Amino acid sequence: MSEPHSTTTAPHPYPGKLIIVEGIDGSGKSTQLQLLHKWLESKGYKVFFTEWNSSELVKETTKRGKKSKSLTPTTFSLLHATDFASRLYHHILPPLKAGMIVLADRYMYTAFARDVVRGVSAEWVRKLYAFAITPDMAFYFKVPIEVAISRLLRGTRGQFKYYEAGMDMNLSPDLTQSFQIFQSRILTEYDKIVDEFGLLTMDATQDIETQQELMRTLVSDTLRGYKPKRGIYGRRTLFWRRFDVHTSE
Amino acid sequence: MVDARFFGDGLTYIHPSELKGKLIAIEGTDGVGRSTHIELLQEWLEVQGYGVITTGWTRSNLMSKTIEMAKAGNIVDRWSLSLLYATDFADRLEHQVIPALRSGFVVLADRYIYTAFARDFVRSADRAWIRDVFGFAPIPDLVCYLRIDVETLALRVIETTGMNYWESGMDLRLGSDLYDSFKKYQSLLIEEFDKMAIEFRFNVVDARKSPEEIQDELKGYILPVLQNHKPGISAGGGGA
Repeated sequence: MSEPHSTTTAPHPYPGKLIIVEGIDGSGKSTQLQLLHKWLESKGYKVFFTEWNSSELVKETTKRGKKSKSLTPTTFSLLHATDFASRLYHHILPPLKAGMIVLADRYMYTAFARDVVRGVSAEWVRKLYAFAITPDMAFYFKVPIEVAISRLLRGTRGQFKYYEAGMDMNLSPDLTQSFQIFQSRILTEYDKIVDEFGLLTMDATQDIETQQELMRTLVSDTLRGYKPKRGIYGRRTLFWRRFDVHTSE
Repeated sequence: MVDARFFGDGLTYIHPSELKGKLIAIEGTDGVGRSTHIELLQEWLEVQGYGVITTGWTRSNLMSKTIEMAKAGNIVDRWSLSLLYATDFADRLEHQVIPALRSGFVVLADRYIYTAFARDFVRSADRAWIRDVFGFAPIPDLVCYLRIDVETLALRVIETTGMNYWESGMDLRLGSDLYDSFKKYQSLLIEEFDKMAIEFRFNVVDARKSPEEIQDELKGYILPVLQNHKPGISAGGGGA
């Protein structure tokens, strides 16, 4: 329950590994993380996946706040920190302590970029997340705003979401234009964060396969010396069981 | 609040000099009689012509339901719990307290950030983080601390509302039953409040005295704060 993490730069003491990806919408970070996930599992690692803003409690509240349009930059930021805290406690720390690989789609750096653009103090939001643990690897998928926009418009999503486009900030009545202004400001913040926290910058304009190959090489280096813990009923076992159906039962 | 300041990193989009009203916080542990005294103070101030609003812990539109849900589902890791309180506080601050202070109201706060400080400290033994989290809170013009000893408090709570899970700090498993846990938890809170009383210069009021004596003491602390604050309607009847 306690274990205060007073600094965000010290390495965590747990046997598992924490790998996170950051980047704006349309940077392709989630695709890359999924491919990494597949690869790690095929190697026999025990992997746990978690993403930003996923707890029911906070989702409910955010919905309520959005409906009444009463969310302020500070409450918006605090709500996401609450969500992150409970996710860290319930979803990230247990698998790390159990020696698993945890993959996180977005981490505290998302808050450092987005909340500051919305208007909270950069120092304050960093202090807010002082309880977070430092990832073993943090990838930043850097992409020019035009590429992200064309990907999102071509892609399955088709349309920008209200808050992703920063429509609440009255930057522009046009959804695409608002997205462009809002996400460009976020890119500027990310650039500062990359230097401050030493994130690994990936050229997200490259082919999916090229990026994935580089990512796997970098991850392999980090995992050298890491001993995966395999459960008896792990995925690998399941894979082999497909070939000897006769012996079971 | 002409020279209003924030505890730490403030709300960058709010200028404290705009806050004309007075912010008065009444602190003290659970069941010490804060809300009763705030009601009496509000009456007293309104009779004198001051505009008054009260604000209380976990009473925000945004968060009161969420906090109830969280408590019911026992989401009790230290950080989430403290951050839920901070979100509630921020919502009330930006939607009630700051607008009221801008319009020159007297704001009576039933608990302030010190309650969050005490509760988080008891759960973590760390003072730094929670104070950073509440860096956006304006420093009140006055803090009155209703102080009580744990023996008197225990009797009073049993006689009135009864002991509940959270006021007994049962999430901390400090004692084998509600009563033992209540006493240990509340002792720790009171101890931390006492330390903060010195650090932040609270005006300490002995909550074991009669309600009338307590009211007189509170009024004695509040009057000087209001003296350079012109009420909307002066006692002589002239408009502002």
